[in-house]
Amino acid sequence: MQARLRARHRSERIFQWVGIAAIATAVAVLALLLGSIALNGASAFRTVELHLDVLLDEAAIGDLSEMSAEERAAAIRRADYGAIVRNALRARFPDVSSRSEVRQLQSLASVGARGQLRDMVLDNPDLVGRTVSVWVPADDEVEQLVKGRVPRDVPESNRRLSDAQIGWVDALERDGRVRTSLNTRFLGSGDSREPELAGIYGAMIGSFLTLLVTLALAFPLGVAAAVYLEEFAPKNRWTDLIEVNINNLAAVPSIVFGLLGLAVFLNFMHMPRSAPIVGGATLGLMTLPTVIIVSRASISAVPPSIREAARGLGASPLQVVGHHVLPLAMPGILTGTIIGMARALGETAPLLMIGMVAFIVDVPTGFTDAATALPVQIFLWADSPERGFVEKTSGAILVLLAFLVFMNAAAIGLRQKLEKRW
Amino acid sequence: MSTAPALKMPSVAPRKPETPEDEVKSVKMKAAGVNVHYGDTWAVKNVNLDVMKEDVTALIGPSGCGKSTLLRCFNRMNDTIPGCRVTGNITLDDTPIYGGNMDVVQLRARVGMVFQKPNPFPKSIYDNVAYGPRIHGLARKGAETDEIVQTSLERAGLWEEVRDRLDEPGNALSGGQQQRLCIARAIAVDPEVILMDEPCSALDPIATARVEELIYELRGRYAIAIVTHNMQQAARVSQRTAFFHLGELVEYGSTEHVFTDPSETRTRDYITGRYG
Repeated sequence: MQARLRARHRSERIFQWVGIAAIATAVAVLALLLGSIALNGASAFRTVELHLDVLLDEAAIGDLSEMSAEERAAAIRRADYGAIVRNALRARFPDVSSRSEVRQLQSLASVGARGQLRDMVLDNPDLVGRTVSVWVPADDEVEQLVKGRVPRDVPESNRRLSDAQIGWVDALERDGRVRTSLNTRFLGSGDSREPELAGIYGAMIGSFLTLLVTLALAFPLGVAAAVYLEEFAPKNRWTDLIEVNINNLAAVPSIVFGLLGLAVFLNFMHMPRSAPIVGGATLGLMTLPTVIIVSRASISAVPPSIREAARGLGASPLQVVGHHVLPLAMPGILTGTIIGMARALGETAPLLMIGMVAFIVDVPTGFTDAATALPVQIFLWADSPERGFVEKTSGAILVLLAFLVFMNAAAIGLRQKLEKRW
Repeated sequence: MSTAPALKMPSVAPRKPETPEDEVKSVKMKAAGVNVHYGDTWAVKNVNLDVMKEDVTALIGPSGCGKSTLLRCFNRMNDTIPGCRVTGNITLDDTPIYGGNMDVVQLRARVGMVFQKPNPFPKSIYDNVAYGPRIHGLARKGAETDEIVQTSLERAGLWEEVRDRLDEPGNALSGGQQQRLCIARAIAVDPEVILMDEPCSALDPIATARVEELIYELRGRYAIAIVTHNMQQAARVSQRTAFFHLGELVEYGSTEHVFTDPSETRTRDYITGRYG
């Protein structure tokens, strides 16, 4: 008897330890995953800039004094800012003379520097002819070098930066002309071919617009379908069939919905390609079964006694649903919807099918503009060969994860706030 | 307690009233030849039953005898149960309730119901009581609603206990208070009949006594039909008792008669505790 009892206690302890070990493993793997992403991605939020004294040469831009406003703007747009940047760097390193060396020197600054100078002059044409002191973005390879991600001990031929370029960067650093600052471009601008200029703002707006369409489609349709199926529909073979199909649809791989969107929205209805409205509609179809299932579960969890009480007072079926069942089911429905939306936010495959995988620089301004979404942006960057996109990829993942955590936390908070007892 | 004149020769219902005193009493609801089927189950078999306007009518019988089913026919609560078929005739003031002329919403405003388990809405006490008047448009102004709420709570004997906390949720009350709140909620739409489906089965003895008292006070203002498993309760609160067994109405008469001198052996056996 005693022995049996001891054996039982022992197996209980072992079971407990197995459970703890399982949880610990899961937590450790998750921490490893998040840790590596955070380590890679944190530097995406910092950018490296070079301090240049730029002569905005009249010879390069032209004499603006005689021109009308439009002509002046056209002249400013036309000007060769590449040469201006090049001259600024050559002024710092006067002994660089060969063509290839000059090209290497010029490429220390990002091509974004040209746009920055142009915008500066457009804002204030009086700057022409003067020397201005500005911080311009560094090229992505320089950025990686300064961030310490480029090994210096590999042979020059295996590096994208030459020894001369590294020397110039070191010289600039000694002068205090290199700084690392907050990367506002990453969160504030659209995609770019240049890693140092690429941002996720366009993808964020694209995701936002897409999710708006998804929500507008999936929520009302899903709730209405759930209310009808739970409260009004007769229980017969047809509704059974519908129920089975909804459950099956919820398990259909998302890429199939992408193919459906491609066939129906683009090829049949001729809606604009790559647009949030199409992506949202496709994701809405994908989310709809989930919303229906969650809503039905919440509605059927409302105790029947509440329905009876309302019906016994003479409430019509619609009043029973509108005044009692839906308000009581709403916390569950909203929670489920937010979780469904979070899944839609992280969905990539269907968007690939309807063309939201395109390289889009402009931030979308409407539902029919070409756009991309956060997970697709991550997919695109992960595919890019430049070293600079590695940290951008991880950074974008961090932003996406932040949104997902926020949405799930909102779901939990909402449920706790709205939950009523009966 | 029984104030109803006893029938002289009660036997198997239905019976025409035979004494002149009975003619004075008016029939509020009348069930004639009512059958209820749940799918293949014949739950209520050819029942004829009158609910008198001034009386409390108790429906007693062992579990599954169809008494609750019959009660729920009186305000058509069985309509939404799948597979449930009701045949025969039920009238409210001589108007058939299963038929084109009676709107079910209207019927339920006139025939209120109190359920076995207290089921207040998860809203405030005030909103619980005001809900019925609001959906039926009985009160337009806030003051009118206030008055209805107060009157209903007073009639349900709950006003003194909750007057200072009308904003608190109805389900924060004790079980007995909740059930009285449900009665107040039913009263608020000013029904003519109140159906009670084992209203005390989830309550403790003290709360039960309180609800019984209330039923006794409400008698006369509303025609009341109550289903109960508790025979003492039936004897205490009702003037007329109907005994059901296996879907049939075995005996229907004055409570005094059914409890002291039942005509049927089955009634006697049930009342004396042989089965049930």
